[in-house]
Amino acid sequence: MGNYLLRRLTFALPSLLGISLILFALLALAPGDPFGELATNPNIPPEVREALRIKFGIDDPILIRYFHWLVAMLHGDWGFSFASRVDVDRLILQRVPTTLYVVGTAQLLALAVALPVGTFAAMRPYSIFDQVANTFAFIGFSLPTFFTGLLLILIFSVNLGWLPFVYRVDIAANGWQWYWEFFKQAIMPITVLGLFQAASYTRYVRSAVLDVIRLDYVTTARSKGLAERKVIVKHVVRNALIPVVTLVALQMPSVFGGAIVTEQIFRIPGIGSLLISAILANDTPVIMAVTFVFACLVVLFNLLADIIYGWLDPRISYR
Amino acid sequence: MVGLTHASPTVEAARPVGRRDRRFSPWREAWRRFRRHRLAAISVVVLALLALSILLGPLFWHVAINDIDFTARLSPPSWDHPFGTDDLGQDLLARMIYGGRISLAVGFAAMAVAMFAGTIIGAIAGISRGSIDATLMWVTDLFLSLPQLPLLLLVIYLFRDILKNIVGPEGGVFILIVLVIGGFRWMPVARLVRAQFLSLREKEFVEAARALGASNWRLVVRHILPNALGPVIVAGTIDVAAAIIAESTLSFLGLGFPPDIPTWGRLLFDAKDYLDIAPHWALFTGGAIFITVIAINFIGDGLRDALDPRKVM
Repeated sequence: MGNYLLRRLTFALPSLLGISLILFALLALAPGDPFGELATNPNIPPEVREALRIKFGIDDPILIRYFHWLVAMLHGDWGFSFASRVDVDRLILQRVPTTLYVVGTAQLLALAVALPVGTFAAMRPYSIFDQVANTFAFIGFSLPTFFTGLLLILIFSVNLGWLPFVYRVDIAANGWQWYWEFFKQAIMPITVLGLFQAASYTRYVRSAVLDVIRLDYVTTARSKGLAERKVIVKHVVRNALIPVVTLVALQMPSVFGGAIVTEQIFRIPGIGSLLISAILANDTPVIMAVTFVFACLVVLFNLLADIIYGWLDPRISYR
Repeated sequence: MVGLTHASPTVEAARPVGRRDRRFSPWREAWRRFRRHRLAAISVVVLALLALSILLGPLFWHVAINDIDFTARLSPPSWDHPFGTDDLGQDLLARMIYGGRISLAVGFAAMAVAMFAGTIIGAIAGISRGSIDATLMWVTDLFLSLPQLPLLLLVIYLFRDILKNIVGPEGGVFILIVLVIGGFRWMPVARLVRAQFLSLREKEFVEAARALGASNWRLVVRHILPNALGPVIVAGTIDVAAAIIAESTLSFLGLGFPPDIPTWGRLLFDAKDYLDIAPHWALFTGGAIFITVIAINFIGDGLRDALDPRKVM
C-alpha cells in the first residue's frame, strides 16, 4: 500500500508542475505590466520604477522567472493582495475551510442520494422507479446550479421565509442556537451543489451496477443462498464502485466550478467568491494563488480517489 | 467464421429487404432507432422550435432590446410585454431572443472547437504508437485535472482587453469565450477518438486497405475516422449543452459578455437582485436555459442509443 501511494504521488507531482507551468505561461503571455500603474503616477520617478523592475526580475528570461516564482510559492511566499492589504496565503487560509466544508458535505449528500437510487434503479432496470430516477437525473444535471440556487432562494427565502439566503461566518448566537443557525444557512448551498452532483453520480452508479449485476460471480453468490441484501451490498456494490470512483474523481474540476457559483449566489466567504471579487478588483496575486489552490485541491482529491481505488480493488496495490 | 457471426443478430436478420423504402443505410437505421427514444424525438421538436423562434423572432417582435421605458419598470408578463420587463423597463422577450442567439452560437461554436481539437489530438495519439501517444495522453490527463472554471475566469480576465481592441467588444469576447470553453472540453473527445482508433486500426478492413497500399492519411480519413464518429457525435451533442451552461455561468458571474449585451446568463445575473419583486425575470430566463440544455441532453441520449451498433433495439 505504501509503495502504491508513493507511486501515485510521483504521478501527482508532475501534473502539479504542469499546472503551475500553464498558469505561469498564461500570466506571462497576458498583456499588461504589473507596474503599469506606477508609470502613470507622477509621484514615482522612472528610476524607482526601473529599480522595482530589476528587483522583481520582470525583464529576466521567462524560464528563470518561472523558477523564481515556483520557489517563492514553495516557500509559502504567495505575494501580497493589492485589494485587501494582507498576505495572500493568510487570506486564502482563512477561506479554504469554508469551501472544503461546503464542497465536502455536498459530496457526501450527493453520494448518499446517488448510491441507493442508482443501485435500486439498476436492480430493476426499466421499471417505473428506474424511469423516474432517470428522468430526475436528466433534470438534475440540466438545471444549472446558478438557476437552482435562485429558485431555492425564491421559494425558501423570499416566499416562505424559512431559510436565510446570506451565509454568515459571524452568527450572533451561541450554544445550540449557533449550531441551528449554522445548519440552516448551509442547507440551501449544500442542497444545490449536492443534488447537481447526485444527478450525474446516479447515472454512473446505475450503469456500473448494471455491468456487474449480471456477472457469474453474483449468480454464484445468490445460489450459495446469501441474502439478496448481502449480495448487493457486499458483492455487487463494492465492485461497481470501482469505475464510479474514477468518474467521481474526473468530476472534481466541475465540482469546484459549481462551488464557485454557489459561493457567489449565497455569498459564502470561501475561496470561490474570493476569486470572483479578486477578478473584479484586478487583484492578480490573489487570482493566481486561488487558481493554483483550486488546481491543488483537484489533484489532492484525485489522489484520494486513487487511495480509495486501491482499497476497493486490492489487485491494484500489488501491481 | 466471420460470415456466421453478426454484430447485432436480431436487427440484421429480422428485416426483410423486399420493398424499396425498406432500404437500409446506416443513417436510416440510426434515425429509426433515434425515433424510438420518445423523449429524444420530442426534444428535437422542442429544440427546433426554440431555434426557429430565436432566429425568426426579430421578424415578428419589433421591440428593441434597449428600449428604456420607466413607466413599465419590472412589470409582470402582459400583452405588451409577454415575458415582462426588467428594472429599466426593457422588454424581456426581445432581450431573451437576442441572448438565445448568443447562447446557441456559443454552444455550437465551442462544440466545434472541442470536436476539432479533440479529434485531431485523439487521432494523432491513436495512430502513432510510443512516445507521441504517451505524451499526448499525459497532456490530455493534465487538462482533465485542471480546474476549468477558475482557469476560464483567469484567461478571460487576462486576455479580455487585448481581444477587445482587435475585434471589438462583442466579437472579441465571443471568440475568446468560444476558444476557451472549447479549449477546456476537447479532452473527452480526444480520449474517445484514441480508444476508437486503437481498436479500429487493428481491424481487417484497415489491414486490407493498408495491404492495397493506402497511405496513412487515407487510412485515417477514409477508413478509420468515419467508423469512429458515432461516440464522437454523442460527446459533441453533450458538449453543446455543457458549453451553453459554461457561457451562462461566466455571464452569471458578471465576467462574460459586456454588460449591455443581454445573454441568458447576464439576464439571470441582473435578475437575481430583484427576485422578491420580479421573479418572472429570473424564471423565464432560467427556464429558457433549462429547456435548451435538457433538450440537447436528451438528444444526446437518443443519439447514444441510435449510434451504438451493439445495442439491439
